[in-house]
Amino acid sequence: MIVQALTFYLFAGITVAAGVMVVSARNPVHSVLFLILAFLNSAGLFVLMGAEFLAMVLVVVYVGAVAVLFLFVVMMLDINFVELRQGFLQYLPIGGLIGLILLVELVLVIGAWVVAPDAAATIAEPMPAPERMTNTHALGLILYTRYVYLFQIAGLILLVAMVGAIVLTLRGREGVRKQRIAAQVRGRREERVELKKVPTRGGI
Amino acid sequence: MPVAVPELMPALPEIFLASAAMALIMFGAFRGEDSTRTVSWLAVLALVVAAIAVPVVTQSRVTTFAGLFVTDAFAVFMKELILLGSALAIIMSMGFNEREKIARFEYPILFLFATLGMMLMVSANDLIALYLGIELQSLSLYVLAAFRRDTVRSSEAGLKYFVLGALSSGMLLYGCSMIYGFTGTTRFDVLAAMFAGVDGAEVSVGLIIGLVFLVAGLAFKVAAVPFHMWIPDVYEGAPTPVTAFFAAAPKIAAMALFIRVLIGPFGDLADQWRQIIIFISIASMILGALAAINQTNIKRLMAYSAIGHVGYALVGLAAGGEIGVRGVLIYMAIYLAMVLGTFCCILCMRVHGRMVEGIDDLAGLSKTHPMVALALAIFMFSMSGIPPLAGFFAKIYVFFAAIQAGLYTLAVIGVLSSVVAAFYYLRIVKLMYFDEPVEAFDRPIERGMGVILAGTGVFTLFFFAYPGPVLNSAAAAAAALFAG
Repeated sequence: MIVQALTFYLFAGITVAAGVMVVSARNPVHSVLFLILAFLNSAGLFVLMGAEFLAMVLVVVYVGAVAVLFLFVVMMLDINFVELRQGFLQYLPIGGLIGLILLVELVLVIGAWVVAPDAAATIAEPMPAPERMTNTHALGLILYTRYVYLFQIAGLILLVAMVGAIVLTLRGREGVRKQRIAAQVRGRREERVELKKVPTRGGI
Repeated sequence: MPVAVPELMPALPEIFLASAAMALIMFGAFRGEDSTRTVSWLAVLALVVAAIAVPVVTQSRVTTFAGLFVTDAFAVFMKELILLGSALAIIMSMGFNEREKIARFEYPILFLFATLGMMLMVSANDLIALYLGIELQSLSLYVLAAFRRDTVRSSEAGLKYFVLGALSSGMLLYGCSMIYGFTGTTRFDVLAAMFAGVDGAEVSVGLIIGLVFLVAGLAFKVAAVPFHMWIPDVYEGAPTPVTAFFAAAPKIAAMALFIRVLIGPFGDLADQWRQIIIFISIASMILGALAAINQTNIKRLMAYSAIGHVGYALVGLAAGGEIGVRGVLIYMAIYLAMVLGTFCCILCMRVHGRMVEGIDDLAGLSKTHPMVALALAIFMFSMSGIPPLAGFFAKIYVFFAAIQAGLYTLAVIGVLSSVVAAFYYLRIVKLMYFDEPVEAFDRPIERGMGVILAGTGVFTLFFFAYPGPVLNSAAAAAAALFAG
């Protein structure tokens, strides 16, 4: 038990510290690296909660894809981050105020937290015991049955995202030489090969 | 483990629309850019088929997909409006896109996906279904706003809409997670059963905060003050037919969602959310009336006018009850006709093949284009709420609902702000009829555009003579919401 608690505080502490560093690091590449650290530690927290599938997805999708994409964008775009940061202190009071309000709200919310006596009955899908079933299995059971509607809409959203990206960025460029395999295969010997008689010792 | 296949019939129009959109993508991709007109008309056809199918598959209130999807008379009414708005917007776009050289086959397909998203929003019976519907709609709209990708303004409109839309989605999700955290469910009917007969003061503060964030996210989607900052820039920057679409269908879908969420699961917490709705309604009406006065660009003017109209419609929601909801539904139906007609007129504003958007360009329109000037005058009079035009009845139903609910202040502010707003609507009429013409707009007007202009104009002008169909179906739709 104590080991679990210690691990939790280790992961949670590093996550929060890394989150602070994401915002405050001077070098944007360092920010992204701290973001990856935060993701990895959150994955650790998920494992502690017994949600190993979410932990894996977090590592694969966020660390593997999203964070690497961020890194590419940060490195490829020539943005003057010093200039971007100039308003930082200027907006600090209002940002701090909003943060404070949100904090007060959260404290109020947690202060008012009561578990209703009949809460268990209203929970949509009670979780199966982890000994009986793995996360992945449990998700697979409901993803394509109970939640098939949401799953399909999510698919449509991704399709729209793809269509949108193509619409906004694809440009038909002039003068691009494309490989036409059919034409290549169809070519006959006479069109491609020219025989020249080379006189001996004469060169061409 | 065998699983029963969910009942697909209630969602048939949506399934058909999704399949049609995907089939059209394939068609367009293989036929190339010159298929744009064909794809556009096929998309209109798909919308018409869906509009026919919607009332056929819905006889009474049905839920399907494990309760995530609901369809009833309310959904039918709203979906018909949405499908009509989308189909007309596609027809209005065709000529414009070809002239501006942005005609691409993805354009009508994105309209179809956006429309599908709106229909899913109207039929949402669960917080997750609600969010996914909104995202499907919004993502298509972001792309459409930036569709004229070679101009800075259109890209700016798309980017602004995207960033602020993502912010509002974040707020909405935060609210949803709070509600889920405090109730343990995302289903609307379970929530409604949970709050049935509950005294509002006993509800935990976390749930109220969740509700506030949810309302904030939805208020962003209808562009009510104080979440309206994006709308003037997006309206101005987006290609004009896209703006016409933004002004019509998505507003109706977002308003439908507003009604569905607040009346359905949170209907018994009305005292908790009513003050928020009253506040954003008053703020929208006043800002819509005052900020539009200085505008010189007609699309920006329409943006502020849209803010004002959302404020009036929200008066009905604040009043609540069957009469209030009926008022909102009538308002949205009439608003759809007025706004589409107005944008038809704006799309006619072309000088030497180039679009103009200044209000001053309308000067003397009555001498150069008498019919367009007459139609625009009808829409302007109607929007300012002058009897006996349709806009007057739209306003009167929501204001009566407010008075019946005892919200006198709200009704009085509504009347006063519509008097102020009448100033800028009537200024346009004055420009058209009493000022000397500048350069005449190009002729001729496209035939499809002329038909839409005539249809919406006749509806607006003669609504008072035969209001039965709209009033009855709105009343039936509102009743369906309170029956379950």
